[in-house]
Amino acid sequence: MSSRLLNKIGLFFAALVLVSPAILFFLWMISLSLKFEIDNGAYPPILIPERFAWSNYAKVFEENNFLLYLWNSVLVTGTATLLALLIGVPAGYGIARLKAERSAIVIMIARMTPGLSYLIPLFLLFQWLGILGTLWPQIIIHLVVTVPIVVWVMIGYFETTPMELEEAANIDGASSWQVFRLVALPIAKPGIVVAFILSIIFSWNNFVFGVVLASRETRTLPVAVYNMLSYEQVSWGPLAAAALVVTLPVLVLTMFAQRQIVAGLTAGAVKGG
Amino acid sequence: MSAIAPERAGVTTQAVEESQPIRLAPNYWPFVIPALVVVGAVIVFPWAFTLWMSVNSWTLGQSRSFAGMENYMRLASDPRFWESLWHTLIYTFLSVVAPMFFGTVAALIFDARFALRGLLRGVFVMPMMATPVAVALVWTMMFHPQLGVLNYLLSLVGIPAQEWIFNANTVIPSLVAVETWQWTPLVMLIVLGGLASVPREPFESAEIDGANAWQQFRYLTLPMIAPFLMIAVIIRTIDALKSFDIIYAMTQGGPGTASETINIYLYNTAFSYYDMGYGSAMAVVFFIVIVALSFILLMLRQRSQWVDTEGK
Repeated sequence: MSSRLLNKIGLFFAALVLVSPAILFFLWMISLSLKFEIDNGAYPPILIPERFAWSNYAKVFEENNFLLYLWNSVLVTGTATLLALLIGVPAGYGIARLKAERSAIVIMIARMTPGLSYLIPLFLLFQWLGILGTLWPQIIIHLVVTVPIVVWVMIGYFETTPMELEEAANIDGASSWQVFRLVALPIAKPGIVVAFILSIIFSWNNFVFGVVLASRETRTLPVAVYNMLSYEQVSWGPLAAAALVVTLPVLVLTMFAQRQIVAGLTAGAVKGG
Repeated sequence: MSAIAPERAGVTTQAVEESQPIRLAPNYWPFVIPALVVVGAVIVFPWAFTLWMSVNSWTLGQSRSFAGMENYMRLASDPRFWESLWHTLIYTFLSVVAPMFFGTVAALIFDARFALRGLLRGVFVMPMMATPVAVALVWTMMFHPQLGVLNYLLSLVGIPAQEWIFNANTVIPSLVAVETWQWTPLVMLIVLGGLASVPREPFESAEIDGANAWQQFRYLTLPMIAPFLMIAVIIRTIDALKSFDIIYAMTQGGPGTASETINIYLYNTAFSYYDMGYGSAMAVVFFIVIVALSFILLMLRQRSQWVDTEGK
């Protein structure tokens, strides 16, 4: 018995060692964002400063149009995710019921394709259409990330939901659409939640599409934070604060929906980009 | 394929009229078509366009002309392209091996039961969800040769200060460290899924036969999770080849071109020099490299499965 307890304590500490790079990184990120310039330049480095520089966060929103970029991010990610659910959930259902495994290969190829190879033609197309100054180019190209994630997760989910109810509804004379909407869809709610969360996270994090397609007014948060680094001589405190503001929404989402995310990723092993 | 479906549905409708209990075969294609249209517009059209662009010579602001295979010939004799291909391969190799090792170890640990397992697993997964640009920014500060916390930590154990991403010799390993930090959790999740499907009985009999922990891992666990390890290797390879955010945000391919991968060179060609024709040719070759490597790994996966079934 005592050796088993010892074993469990050993496992706990092994896990703690494995998790420590993540913990230390995020702690240091918070620390950087809450220190004044003088503390961030101190040697040896200071983890917890005597005075907290909350003004770093105020500075981020005051000086960099961050509220506009936050709103852009919400619009791009929100619209691209909703559109992806609208077309991706029925598609996942159709592919699962048709047992069209070859369609899954199309999704795999979409995953293999580097984002930049979509960007050259679509950049030229958007320029020709004259919509480069709006958010639409980014919303459309984010579908490259969100649609495959939603379809992939939903195929996996619909393959596991039982067919009996659908068959029964079918015999009662329901149309395919009614079967989908009234029988299959309500059962698939947990799967839709997983698809929704993963789609939001990977669309929110996307950087490469914005760096090419966004103008000064249409930047999303990842592009905005990158531009802070490259164009302005900002001190570390506000920069780290900005980085934290960008990534905080997805980290909070990860913590609250940890179980669903782990389930979704373990089953489908998807990632956007 | 879509042409067959209505015909089949028609046949069944006739059957329904003859005898009651046979159900109408549902037509599932309408569910898929909207997605097919979008995939066609956002994925297939760009591909066709890229192929066409790659045989043209066109820098934005200048006139376009047909160039045949000229862009591809230029690529073959471009030392900067070969150098970037080499960087890509080294970066990818290291960014597959390191996360595979740590991810597998982590999965074996998180598969067991211990206190606070759920919480620790949740924290462990957080790096892969964090925004890569934000992550890159903080790592850049930590890599700072004078003020960075990493050199301070090294000094505590008596290792001299490093220049990390600011030195041509250490830039790729430093970037790989960040990539490993961020993507080890994905490997862990895939392998954890594999471990969950492993049956318990063989381990019980192995225990009785006196096999030690290492033997159980080597001869039971490892062969059974091999297909999952292979999936993780394939996904990791694809993602590492395509890696952009971390490299671009931290070094933009520098110092000099020491960390310029194909993806970064492609970006610079198309969107810094606006050489769209040459960039498109590069995109085509890059995609072929990715597909070829994935295909080789898939073949290995098939073979490993075949060896497994032989073994049983």
